Amino acid sequence: MAKLHVSTTINGEPQEFLCDAEQSMLDVLRGPLGLTGAKEGCGTGDCGACTITLNGRIVCSCLMLAAEAEGQEIGTIEGMAGEELHPLQQKFLESAALQCGICTPGVLMAAKALLEKNPDPTEHEVRFWLAGNLCRCTGYDKIIRAVMDTAADMRAAR
Amino acid sequence: MTSATGIGARVVRTEDKRFLTGTGRYVDDLPLARATYAYFLRSPHAHAKIKSIDISAAEKSPGVVNIFTGKDLVDAKVGGLICGWVVKDKNGEPHKSPPHPVMAVDTVRYVGDTVAMVVANSYDEAKDAAEAIRVDYEVLPAIVDLAKAFDKGAPQVHAEAPGNLIYDWEIGVKADVDAAFAKAAHVTKMDIVNNRLIPNAMEPRAAAAEYDKGTGNYTLWSTSQNPHVLRLILSAFVLGIPEHKLRVIAPDVGGGFGSKIFCYADETMVCWAASRVGRPIKWTAERTESFQTDCHGRDHVTHAELALDKDGKFLALKVETIANMGAYLSTFSTAVPTYLYATLLAGQYTTPLIYANVKAAVTHTAPVDAYRGAGRPEATFVIETIVSKAAAELKMDPAELRRKNFIPAEAFPYQTPVALQYDSGNYPPIIDEAMRIADYAGFEARRAEAKSRGKLRGIGFSSYIEACGLAPSQVIGQLGGGVGQWESAQIKFNPTGNVQVITGSHSHGQGHETTFAQLVHDRLGVPMDQIEVVHGDTSTTTFGMGTYGSRSLAVGGSAIMKATDKIIAKGKKIAAHLMEADVADVVFENGTFKVAGTDKAVPLAQAVFAAYVPHNYPLAEIEPGMDENAFYDPANFVYPAGTQICEVEIDPETGIVEVIAHTAVDDFGNIINPMIVEGQVHGGIVQGVGQALFEGAVYDKNTGQLLSGSFMDYTMPRADNFPSFKLGYKVTPCPHNPLGVKGCGEAGAIAAPAAVMNAVHNALAPIGVKHVEMPATPLNVWQSIQGAQRAAAE
Repeated sequence: MAKLHVSTTINGEPQEFLCDAEQSMLDVLRGPLGLTGAKEGCGTGDCGACTITLNGRIVCSCLMLAAEAEGQEIGTIEGMAGEELHPLQQKFLESAALQCGICTPGVLMAAKALLEKNPDPTEHEVRFWLAGNLCRCTGYDKIIRAVMDTAADMRAAR
Repeated sequence: MTSATGIGARVVRTEDKRFLTGTGRYVDDLPLARATYAYFLRSPHAHAKIKSIDISAAEKSPGVVNIFTGKDLVDAKVGGLICGWVVKDKNGEPHKSPPHPVMAVDTVRYVGDTVAMVVANSYDEAKDAAEAIRVDYEVLPAIVDLAKAFDKGAPQVHAEAPGNLIYDWEIGVKADVDAAFAKAAHVTKMDIVNNRLIPNAMEPRAAAAEYDKGTGNYTLWSTSQNPHVLRLILSAFVLGIPEHKLRVIAPDVGGGFGSKIFCYADETMVCWAASRVGRPIKWTAERTESFQTDCHGRDHVTHAELALDKDGKFLALKVETIANMGAYLSTFSTAVPTYLYATLLAGQYTTPLIYANVKAAVTHTAPVDAYRGAGRPEATFVIETIVSKAAAELKMDPAELRRKNFIPAEAFPYQTPVALQYDSGNYPPIIDEAMRIADYAGFEARRAEAKSRGKLRGIGFSSYIEACGLAPSQVIGQLGGGVGQWESAQIKFNPTGNVQVITGSHSHGQGHETTFAQLVHDRLGVPMDQIEVVHGDTSTTTFGMGTYGSRSLAVGGSAIMKATDKIIAKGKKIAAHLMEADVADVVFENGTFKVAGTDKAVPLAQAVFAAYVPHNYPLAEIEPGMDENAFYDPANFVYPAGTQICEVEIDPETGIVEVIAHTAVDDFGNIINPMIVEGQVHGGIVQGVGQALFEGAVYDKNTGQLLSGSFMDYTMPRADNFPSFKLGYKVTPCPHNPLGVKGCGEAGAIAAPAAVMNAVHNALAPIGVKHVEMPATPLNVWQSIQGAQRAAAE
């Protein structure tokens, strides 16, 4: 079958690609587009390692068809830092809120979406928001702390 | 030297920037030109004869490059996968050693056993073609239930292991233990199951390989915790590719927890097939394949008895365990329930007599091998639950009973009755600190308050000991291990003064790139940003034994310290020459060589430059260059110890167990980077609480199907399941390694299950619940409560 031609925006830049109808967004990101930051931890939407944003909302890119990106805005971990790290990345760095790094891109994308929606979350809210992101290394403790601390810093900076 | 970035400092992890920006490079991320993709056809049956395999239709499937079956490996004389640890049974006979073909030839023995490899231009094409392979199976009865593995008439897994028995092993003198029991004032008995776990590193196992026709060299990228060991096994036992023609690279690896130590069929096949296919091959496990084929952990059925005198002193401990090996013996499987389990049964206590009998069984399930803690969590669970049970039976405070039996600080080094000699420790201050942090004194008030809300509160202790820092090579050899257990290090300066620290350890989340750099920075004064830690590639690193058993710092870090000694020794000679001084008068302080009592000084960087540009240099006495190797073989294991206290609240209406607070106080010896150590403890606790409350591999007992084969069916711990943890430390430095360190990677997972389950039992005791098995899921707890209520009503 002929490939589908998709025009989309990825991390603010226009992007065109060809894909098969059944191909997932994750596959296209990691394959032809060479954006390997999003990881496949399960392929069934249970672990959150492939989390990206679609028009600002977090989605599991393993469950999204690549063709659905047509005309939409995609955000990936590669677009999170500008010249400087995003405050969440900086806080994760300073507090060692990661270990092996596989879940980290997904956790950061989800946490960023949380803070955009709710700049002053309770610990309970952060824990529930990130319950869709499995991490086998950190025990979540430092992740939760880093998100809470970043939220406080970002509020103070406003 | 101690500085803001030296030993003991909370140094920001060097490796993290790449992980935070999505630029880490894991096996599946590698771009390989002209790559093909592999898919493995796996057995859908737990036990079946393969009558025939027909690949003719599959070969015509679009995109197929090649298909291999077990017969191809037989024809090519490929060896089987090995078990590298010979355990001798009661009679001195080596364990039964059934063959472990890389791909099944005539029989499949668990759901997931490898049957065929399809290589195609794309992964989807390989998978489609695999569907067209016709395998004619004759399905046979399977033995899945461990407790019934030795029953007469049970289905047999291997002809080479009659009765499904791999070994019947013992430690201790049974008659002496029996005599002590005869004199006991009180005996506590317990039957427990240590539930089977699936490691689930978040990065699935993956392999990629390419073969260079021009040189005959193979390169294998693997998600390995120990690339040199993997290469050794593949070269010497399985594929016969000479070691120098096989390069194994373990790049960034996304967690291991033991499951990536072993040599697996799939990576073996990817490597072997690369030369036959003539193009690179990539393979990454789907999550369900990880569930089915990663080596599982734990899985013991145990009966234990503890004898106490009238004052509560432990007289003797007797343990009978059946350990599941799964369908085949994985790389280090045989050692886990013997030398890593029964030798730990003294715990933190002076129990003078211990007898343990371990029978290892094969069953039609995935192979079982080391998983975070490996044997030591199982031992801790036995000791710490039976001690708490004894305290409850004797109506004693569980902390008091523990204290009464702790090995006193002045007794170290302490020889246990089960072979180990604990080098150092001081246990009473640890439990005191844990009780202070956990506000043990205030618990009864909290219990009463919870009761007023209709909730059941409980508190549980777990005081663990661990033998890690694997290990003295000669001890390992005497116990049947097939490898040395030293570690290597190389410190290689460049002429401009920056340095590569090359280690045989492998980091897959532990932060070695930071911790090891801190050691060198602290010792040699080289700035942190001038140090690069190199690991994971057999072509660029000295042969090393890899990372497992909390060994990397205690053994690998000690090797680095030895190498720094050699750098300093050589630097002194160079500096003495440059300063026209006697080498005996040269001292090294804060990165500079000095002559005591003078203002003469040569910074290390100057000595390094002189070593590479040896114009003014004692060439007659020493070689140019500044590049030193060291191997370190430890004198003993290291013995981290600690106490965890867990406080839970149970809703008797739903059976939901909530962890309200979890405290861990550990003695890891000296700590290099507290921030990294905290993370190790947190992660370990969550895996341990996961075992206690959520996780369990479930096979259908008749068909052997893995029922918990996805994240929808196997409950992984998630962020909303936990409170923030409370940690504390006490330090008794390890007396036999240069850093005084003990290892921290497994402690959390070792201690937590007993702490949680003791809390659950403590919470449920007032309503008459005697025993809950792990995992204490809402259903399990609710049913236990209903059972107790029925029993009370009768």
